[in-house]
Amino acid sequence: MGDPALSRRGFLAASAAAGLSVTALSGCGGDSGGGSSDGTTTVEWWNISTTEPAKGVWAALARKFEAQNPKVKIKIVQLENDSFKSKMTALTASGKLPDIFHTWGGGVLKQQVDAGLVEDLTDRTKPWADGLLPVAKDPYLLDEKVYGIPFDMGMIGFWYNKALFKRAGVSEPPTTWTGFLDAVGKLKSAGITPLALAGKEKWPGMYYWAYLAMRTAGADALQKAYDDKDFTGAEFVQAGEHLKELVDLQPFQKGFLGAAYSSPTGQAAAVGNGKAAMELMGQWAPVVEADAGKGLGDNLGFFPFPAVEGGKGSLTEVFGGGGGHALRQGAPQAAVDFLKFFASEATDLELVKKTGVLPVVPGAESAIADPNIKAVQAQLKAATGFQLYLDQAYAPAVGQEVNDSVAALIAGSKSPEQVTESITKTAKEEQ
Amino acid sequence: MTSTFLPDKRTGTDVDLPPPSEDHARGRARRRARNWLTAVGFQVPALVLFIVLVLLPILFALYAAFFRWGGFGMPSDYVGVDNFTRLLDDPVFLGDLWRCLVLVLLSLALQLPFALAMAVLLNQKTRGRAVYRMLFFAPYVLSEAITGVLFSMIFAPDDGLADRVLGGVGLDGLGGEWFADPSMVMATLFLVMTWKYFGFHMMLYLAGLQSIPAELNEAALIDGAGPWQRFRNVTLPLLAPTLRISVFLSVIGAIQLFDLVWVVTQGGPDHHSETMAVTMFQYGFKRYQVGYASAISVVMFGISLVFALAYQRFVLRRDLEGATTTMRGDGK
Repeated sequence: MGDPALSRRGFLAASAAAGLSVTALSGCGGDSGGGSSDGTTTVEWWNISTTEPAKGVWAALARKFEAQNPKVKIKIVQLENDSFKSKMTALTASGKLPDIFHTWGGGVLKQQVDAGLVEDLTDRTKPWADGLLPVAKDPYLLDEKVYGIPFDMGMIGFWYNKALFKRAGVSEPPTTWTGFLDAVGKLKSAGITPLALAGKEKWPGMYYWAYLAMRTAGADALQKAYDDKDFTGAEFVQAGEHLKELVDLQPFQKGFLGAAYSSPTGQAAAVGNGKAAMELMGQWAPVVEADAGKGLGDNLGFFPFPAVEGGKGSLTEVFGGGGGHALRQGAPQAAVDFLKFFASEATDLELVKKTGVLPVVPGAESAIADPNIKAVQAQLKAATGFQLYLDQAYAPAVGQEVNDSVAALIAGSKSPEQVTESITKTAKEEQ
Repeated sequence: MTSTFLPDKRTGTDVDLPPPSEDHARGRARRRARNWLTAVGFQVPALVLFIVLVLLPILFALYAAFFRWGGFGMPSDYVGVDNFTRLLDDPVFLGDLWRCLVLVLLSLALQLPFALAMAVLLNQKTRGRAVYRMLFFAPYVLSEAITGVLFSMIFAPDDGLADRVLGGVGLDGLGGEWFADPSMVMATLFLVMTWKYFGFHMMLYLAGLQSIPAELNEAALIDGAGPWQRFRNVTLPLLAPTLRISVFLSVIGAIQLFDLVWVVTQGGPDHHSETMAVTMFQYGFKRYQVGYASAISVVMFGISLVFALAYQRFVLRRDLEGATTTMRGDGK
């Protein structure tokens, strides 16, 4: 952070996270917003890249864009994942979103679109967006219209510590649920905490249930259940039972119910510091592990969520999502230009090389150096089915209920049946 | 509100003057009108702010509580009292009420007596008491968010300061998962709340103690009263007005508890530290069920209002007498 402008932005982001209002923030930005007298357009860009190296790389990219477009100023507002979601909720209710904002697509984006707050990008981005990887664009396509441009695409899987696996005598990453439970048992008897989980934040726990449901009921079942407003099918109960089998082994780190994800005592740090052998997390996991903890380097490995014996799903169906940017309704042309710049091959190459995201431009695939990211990319390209994160694919109330009920299952206060009943009840309430 | 500023309350002083001529009367009327205008002029900005930022939102929440409403546009799906009946059926909300009661009782039974004991102690002439007073008051100055982050580090299982210290003196058995343990989270939270707020109540009591004339204690001493008797029969009765205010603030604070809980546990694990305000936030800002969240806020408002009115009517009555607003309607 040698650049003084950069550290000021860092400070601004920190104060935003601390709960300063947006207005106060634009107040200390110095250069006043909108179209000022000299014809400069200020574009506000809200993202969740609060960890290095992405934070610095993104800021530098914004400067580069400004250099190419002297009449445009990019104002970056960085918020941590959860505070970003809360803040966006409040902004959505107030009816005005930032010019450019982070989105995961799916039901949350749809809600914002339905409220008439998001710019339809179909025609304005067509000339260049056609060349992006189709699987990456999928979450932002609503009713055949483009509402967001991806910069990352990925999937959830197990990130594991090879050294700890070796010590426990687990030679190969498991490919079946039985094999997985077996590995957990071996790790435990070797005195190693098998899994790290951020119980306080709930969404990391949801991944287990969602993947198990995909494995027992098939890749399309979760979307179908949401459309039918019925999650009570036997396979969803089975998913909960399988999760209960895992929870009964007590595989998580001490105090996991109160643990956060990216804090120094959280889930990512536990794996990054070698205190737990695995975590179920997305493609960003290595970066956060190294940021919150020490990071595992070459000891880190990746394997897809195991298949469940007798289930309808298979190992090649993936659960995950990426990251993208959407524009507020009526955003200036400069914002569209910035999206184009950000999705260009040159930018994507830099993002892939420096920040560990997965490419969205085919030409950037060659830039992947990390073998784990290569594995994720290969898995993604060969995927036979796809499901977006449930808390993004579903309407917020339903997504939150999934998170909440699964958290209760993990804490032992809800049975697998009760989980499916609670989710169904909430889904029905959402007309 | 306006009437207290009007000059006509003072007309009593005019009775000795000869009957005013018509000119006089007109002049006074004009003066009165001008004063009235000045008063209104000064109050309009504050009144507008109060109405727009306080009164209207309260009324709107009351209105929205009768709708199923996602927060976009105007509420249109009228559902009657459904949101309120759903509240009575919601184990989390009923749990919130129970936890609120527990916190209130714990505060009254432990936190305030502790603050009182410290206040009495620091009211003695001890060396360095100013330093102690400052130290005990300091946590109150910290923001809730900072306190929350601080204590989630202190009470981190195994690696946190608390477990390390306990381990270091051979008391590992007392260590635990603190905020991560459903059965311990409330106790831990209460510990943090006490740390944060007892200094404030202590300061209130100290101020109260200092207004008790020393002669009364001396007289009691000469009459042969022991320390306990002096505390029980001299200090406590004279401190009663302060105690009543402090209890009031403590209860209202417990009903509305939010920030500390949100930062430390977000209501978890598994809702075991959730408060009404946290539940409201979850539904309003995470699930977009703003109608239901409004119903929660209305209930919170109702509980606070009923408590505040009842407390003023029955407990603070004596203290408020003689102040500008008398609680008695009968003019006794």
